[in-house]
Amino acid sequence: MTSSQREPMLPAETTLSEEEVAREAAALDRVWAGRPGFWGWLTAVDHKSIGKRYLVTTFAMFLAGGILAAFMRTQLMRPENTVLGPDRYNQVFTVHGTTMMFLFAVPVMTAMGIYFVPLMVGARNIAFPRANAFGYWTYFVGVVFLYVSLIANTGPDTGWFAYVPLSGPQYSPGHRVDVWAQLVTFTEIAALIAAVNVIVTVFKLRSPGMSLNRLPLFVWAQLVVSFMIVFAMPAVAAGSTLMLGLDRTVNSHWFNPAEGGDALLWQHIFWFFGHPEVYIIFLPALGFITPIVETFARRKVFGYTALVMSNITTAFFAFGLWVHHMFATPIPELGQSLFTAASMVIAIPTGVQIFCWLATLWAGRAELRVPLLFVLGFIFTFVIGGISGVMLASVAFDKQAHDTFFVVAHLHYVLLGGGVMPLFGAFYFWFPKITGRMLDETLGKLHFWLFVIGVNVTFFPMHVLGLEGMPRRVYTYLESTGWGSLNLVATLGAYTIALSVIVFLVNAIRSWWGGEVAGANPWNSSGLEWATTSPPPPYNFVHVPVTTSRHPLWDTTVELPVLSGLRTDRREVLVTTTFDARPDYRHEDPAPSIWPLYLALCMGLTFIGGIFSPYLVVVGLALTLPGLFGLAWQSITNHRGPDHVDAPQALAETA
Amino acid sequence: MHSAFAPASPQAHLVATLWWWMLGVGGAIWLAVIATMLYVTLARRGRRGPDDLQHVPDATRRRMERVVLGAGSLTVLVLAAFLVFDFSVGHALAQHPQRALTIDITGHQWWWEAEYEDPDPSKRLTTANEIHVPTGEPVQFKLRSADVIHSFWAPNLNGKKDLIPGYLSTLWFEADTAGVYRGQCAEFCGLQHAKMAFYVVAEPRAKFQAWLAAGAQSPPPPTDSTQLYGQRVFLSSGCAVCHTIGGTAAQAFVGPPLTHVMSRATIAAGALANTRANLMAWITNPQAIKPGARMPAVPLTGPQLAALVDYLGTLK
Repeated sequence: MTSSQREPMLPAETTLSEEEVAREAAALDRVWAGRPGFWGWLTAVDHKSIGKRYLVTTFAMFLAGGILAAFMRTQLMRPENTVLGPDRYNQVFTVHGTTMMFLFAVPVMTAMGIYFVPLMVGARNIAFPRANAFGYWTYFVGVVFLYVSLIANTGPDTGWFAYVPLSGPQYSPGHRVDVWAQLVTFTEIAALIAAVNVIVTVFKLRSPGMSLNRLPLFVWAQLVVSFMIVFAMPAVAAGSTLMLGLDRTVNSHWFNPAEGGDALLWQHIFWFFGHPEVYIIFLPALGFITPIVETFARRKVFGYTALVMSNITTAFFAFGLWVHHMFATPIPELGQSLFTAASMVIAIPTGVQIFCWLATLWAGRAELRVPLLFVLGFIFTFVIGGISGVMLASVAFDKQAHDTFFVVAHLHYVLLGGGVMPLFGAFYFWFPKITGRMLDETLGKLHFWLFVIGVNVTFFPMHVLGLEGMPRRVYTYLESTGWGSLNLVATLGAYTIALSVIVFLVNAIRSWWGGEVAGANPWNSSGLEWATTSPPPPYNFVHVPVTTSRHPLWDTTVELPVLSGLRTDRREVLVTTTFDARPDYRHEDPAPSIWPLYLALCMGLTFIGGIFSPYLVVVGLALTLPGLFGLAWQSITNHRGPDHVDAPQALAETA
Repeated sequence: MHSAFAPASPQAHLVATLWWWMLGVGGAIWLAVIATMLYVTLARRGRRGPDDLQHVPDATRRRMERVVLGAGSLTVLVLAAFLVFDFSVGHALAQHPQRALTIDITGHQWWWEAEYEDPDPSKRLTTANEIHVPTGEPVQFKLRSADVIHSFWAPNLNGKKDLIPGYLSTLWFEADTAGVYRGQCAEFCGLQHAKMAFYVVAEPRAKFQAWLAAGAQSPPPPTDSTQLYGQRVFLSSGCAVCHTIGGTAAQAFVGPPLTHVMSRATIAAGALANTRANLMAWITNPQAIKPGARMPAVPLTGPQLAALVDYLGTLK
């Protein structure tokens, strides 16, 4: 076999007997098994364990944020209501926004990536399994921290955007805003780790033959978003942890105009992160849609290249829109018009994607199962949010609608329609892969109808409320404003959403234990994740699959070609080249480890302690050191056998 | 009146026109997309075999390409039209008048201070939460904040503008219909963001001039003994630490000036109608009405409170 060959696997085709396969599977089971019991749970480094944990925690956060929303809607149900006072209300809306953005929407999308990207590219594990576990535990520390604070009446109360000077030391004494600033740090770190992990997994662990132009669109979306995270998150980390944190703890004056600081600077920093954040949520959701549409239209998606380019274009433009959150500030009109144009342009790639999916459905025959229903619900709802988004791009109109319930309507249409509906569709679609069981179709349809109706009844009236003058973030309003009846409608809609989520919960819990057994590929879908058992074994695939097309399970007529030659007596993964995915070398994957958890706890102590005393930062850092040594020591001692073998050669010999 | 749907100035009219056009075109696009979606999913069910994974015929594929390309191009055209429309409206709104009545607005947690500029300092009028403007002529607002970020917004008259510490922002409009227009702070500013309203009273020039002249005068000193006692209560119970009453020793601007408080329709930044009972309730326990408001409860006896409110009643 020579290096000039494009398909390195072709000359060495053999067929393995069932006995051989069973023997290899048994060996892999031994090597890749986690430790048993609770200790095993704490030390897990399998991307599927971490991904599942992430999914469950983020969904719990969706419920928590939803309960807070229900409180808000109950308070606003009628004028001068007294369910929540202003102090509680401000904490509740701040924690609602913070939860939904930082603890639900972004991590649930990365969680889907952590679980599915390695499966979809045919890898045995994610690139950096221990960092992955550390990311989850960091996120978890943040979750606990925020909710303990809220229950202790020290929940942040200056909005998820924490505008200075309101969030500065003068107007927000105490620790409420510190809680927010540090929570953001935890989620930033977790998101950055997940992003780097996905990038390296996609570039280096793809199945042989999966060149970049064969990459599934789900994975493309995850890859593009991971790059967005890498560029966007440091802005808010610098802004919140460093600048706002220092202003609040050691009296620096980044944002204090009285000492030459600039209050508007915070808004630039925050939205330079905050706007890409919306697309960090939205693009992975679009990534879920393509496989769902393909599977239920029984057609390969129309316009693969257009969809990939749309993803990338959206990611670029997402970094050029942030000022449209600041049209009411004294930024010169000419400068604002650039951001108007960019905000309108970004509608084009999204439109193109929707047209491509509609074309795919047109060419095929739509089978209206629950995942596809949610895609249709997405189009129905999201297009309204997209159109109101184009309206808001206009500076003149935005000055009327900005910071009113019109924007509340718009952002929920976009995030619930564009983010959560595809996510629910994805839950129905991939639940069988994760649990081995199907979700109930009837309950699913009930969930779908209640959710779509609930979302539209809740948020459509808010467009009108906003233009009738109702500002955002108000804990109450006077009866004379006339906003009472539409607010009542919105609240009833919110209760409908709550009901739909309860239906989903019942469905998920019932199906997890007693649902119909799914089998490897219940939807007859085309991606590599369906080429292994449901749920997949710890090593994902007995043999690393070889990819010869964009739709491996649809285009392979006999059996999926696989590659053998990875050792089965240690945790070995195959590393392939970045563009063409030719086998490059074999790499040993780390064993389960407690150090990720230990390090996350130390970091929690450092950051949370830093709010209260600088000495705790020193203590936390000192405790971190043994953790880092432990991690390194584990890498050294676990190493069994040679690494960095010239793989194509070795593989050709063994296969 | 408090709605962007009922414009009362050429500026708000322009924006409303832009809005109705965008709503019409956007609504039509939405209907077209949903109709297409329903057609491709429902009307075409069962036309082909369920598991037909063959390649789409070339003719169909070319048709799909044409349709998707057409829809994409149409999107670009509609967006370009919106962009031109928006820029023209934005251009019109940005044309600040050469000469205009200028009102300095300062946002406070949680009330609005308004000072009418005049070259003659003695004619300068400072008031709160109720802004009178003449109809048919441009009025310019200079917006500043005394503490955190607020946003000045009277939807019937124009869009909003933020008041940011360290920055001066400006806004103008020309009310073309006389009326009372409600506005409210639009940027989250803390505990009482919800109760930080104001009213713009647009009236003909003559009426406005009379109001302005009267406002610049100090109110006549109290005459009867209860009112005099009320004034003493005001000056000695802490009220004067924060409030101004023209012609007295009370000259502080922590809270709204009360020189002509009885000329205003509401108190506590639009939170309450300006009635005797409400005034008493507000003075007795402001925290029950606006929890977190900067005004403390003032411990007064019954007769003190009655006399104080009698005195305030003279400040017309």
